[in-house]
Amino acid sequence: MRDTPLSNCERLFLLKAIEQKKRLDGRETYDYRNIKISFGSDYGCCSVELGKTRVFCQVSCELVPPKDSRPTEGIMFFNLELSPMASPAFEPNRQSELLVTLNRQLERCLRNSKCIDTESLCVVSGEKVWQIRVDVHVLNHDGNLMDAASIAAISALSHFRRPDVAIQGRDVTVFSPEERDPIPLSIYHMPICVSFAFFLQGSYLLVDPCEREERVKDGLVIAMNKHREICSIQSSGGIMLLKDQVLRCSKIASVKVSEITELINKALENDRKIRKEGGKFGFAESMPKERITTLKRDEVPVEMTDVKETANDIVNSTETTTEAVPSPVLVGMGTAQIGEGIVNSWALEEDEEDESQTEDRKTDEVMLISDSEEEEVVILHEEAQKSTNTSGEK
Amino acid sequence: MAGLELLSDQGYRLDGRKATELRKVQARTSVFAQADGSAYLEQGNTKALAVVYGPHETRGSRSKSLHDRAVINCQFSMATFSTAERKRRPHGDRKSSEMSLHLKQTFEAAVLTELYPRSQIDIYVKILQADGGNYSACVNAATLALVDAGIPMRDYVCACTAGFVEDTPLADLCHAEESGGGTSLALALLPRSGNIALLQMDARLHQDHLDALIEAAMTACKGLSKVLDDVVRQHLEEVSVLTRD
Repeated sequence: MRDTPLSNCERLFLLKAIEQKKRLDGRETYDYRNIKISFGSDYGCCSVELGKTRVFCQVSCELVPPKDSRPTEGIMFFNLELSPMASPAFEPNRQSELLVTLNRQLERCLRNSKCIDTESLCVVSGEKVWQIRVDVHVLNHDGNLMDAASIAAISALSHFRRPDVAIQGRDVTVFSPEERDPIPLSIYHMPICVSFAFFLQGSYLLVDPCEREERVKDGLVIAMNKHREICSIQSSGGIMLLKDQVLRCSKIASVKVSEITELINKALENDRKIRKEGGKFGFAESMPKERITTLKRDEVPVEMTDVKETANDIVNSTETTTEAVPSPVLVGMGTAQIGEGIVNSWALEEDEEDESQTEDRKTDEVMLISDSEEEEVVILHEEAQKSTNTSGEK
Repeated sequence: MAGLELLSDQGYRLDGRKATELRKVQARTSVFAQADGSAYLEQGNTKALAVVYGPHETRGSRSKSLHDRAVINCQFSMATFSTAERKRRPHGDRKSSEMSLHLKQTFEAAVLTELYPRSQIDIYVKILQADGGNYSACVNAATLALVDAGIPMRDYVCACTAGFVEDTPLADLCHAEESGGGTSLALALLPRSGNIALLQMDARLHQDHLDALIEAAMTACKGLSKVLDDVVRQHLEEVSVLTRD
């Protein structure tokens, strides 16, 4: 299904709001939405919610022969999928530009930055190495998929435990989790992507664009780790950047990344504690228990500073209507007229023959009904009775 | 590759260049008679061929055409013999798709597409020999091809790679330097205005060094733009001499 195009009014509205430093959901220009990280019951399973954007990641491993050019290193394989449940615009089995961009960016951010020690994944050099496969699925698209995907991927990698192996000569024994505790991956650092959105030829800058803002933006993605090292930069959309804009973005990114890394570490710590204490863990625990339905809305602060004054102003400035409602004019018994209109024909006059004839038919019908079943006939108007008598004579 | 020094003590790199030196650039335009514009560019050992068709009517689905601008369609591919190991999938894999997308975005920003509504400009680029700086060679070759085709652009689009070794930025990386694991930055620039059309960086770099790295890449691009300009002017002279009388 094709994506509904953004109308010009919406586009103009968004741009005007951004010019006045206001965003659709009331955030500040450099604010992120609420990030919520939850881990599943398996090791390496992680779900991230960035506002309403929801992304799910699973890490798995397998023993495979290594690449010929690198016999002593393990293999990392990244796969990001845009599930059709995320947005009506995503179709299954269609290689869209967005998919390619996200996949490549994820690969570059995590693989080229060497955040994972691939040499430690080697089991038998030249024959068997671990292949770590990271699968990211987008569950709901509300903007900024890249950041959510990178947070999910690195959290899942930090959470993952691979099975322990023992090597005796050429024999390799892989222990199951019950026999020996699985080992975590050795992660050097956590690269996290921060997306920036530029508007109006780079004059305005926003962090963490939501879905509507993404449609009108030109973008830049910077991936950094908390040691202020830049892992990857990618500018997209063909915008014209100036060098100091890039530098400014990198400074903002370093602040955001340290905050997000804190969050991830806290979530990992929590999960570790719960597992150690033997408490319940997994996705079922992380969902709020109070509601049956899944639709939950967070409380959103609304700016109410000058609502009262503006409301008073509006009320005072509107003019009160001076027209009085005209009083009803009694035309006949049971009928009255308010205001001007066509000539009232409800009340009968002797000149009006047509109307009386139609009334005649009606009154005749009434009479028929009364013959069949009802004994008591209540005649509402004496006048009506008189008119039938007069018309009947005619 | 252990043991290979990317920058020796005297300041020489693997191929004998200094840190800020570019590789030798040679280019020719109008190499194909059939196409509207074509160019062949060599940057050191990296050889790229670019062909431009357009502007012409939108082929294929009519719905792709935009009512106010031209659509730029790019396809990037590498010849199977271009790398040390034979490439099994010259185009259609993710890296080529990403490159095609980046080229498209770069040129959409540089070409004056508003002058050709409802039409399409095709740019096909092929790498014949890959020795580092694939994207830059493609962009430079495509720029020359677009100039050859007579399509109006805001400025030359010049691209160059830059790396960082031991606090020194290196300009125009070759393959060994790129795959050595150090930082590599690819930058596409419009030299006169200093606008960056595309910026792509891999591998770790401390934030403080970013400024120096981008600066080095921009200087390299500006030098490259002079070379491209010379190539175009020389070609015009040749053609005008031949068509005189």
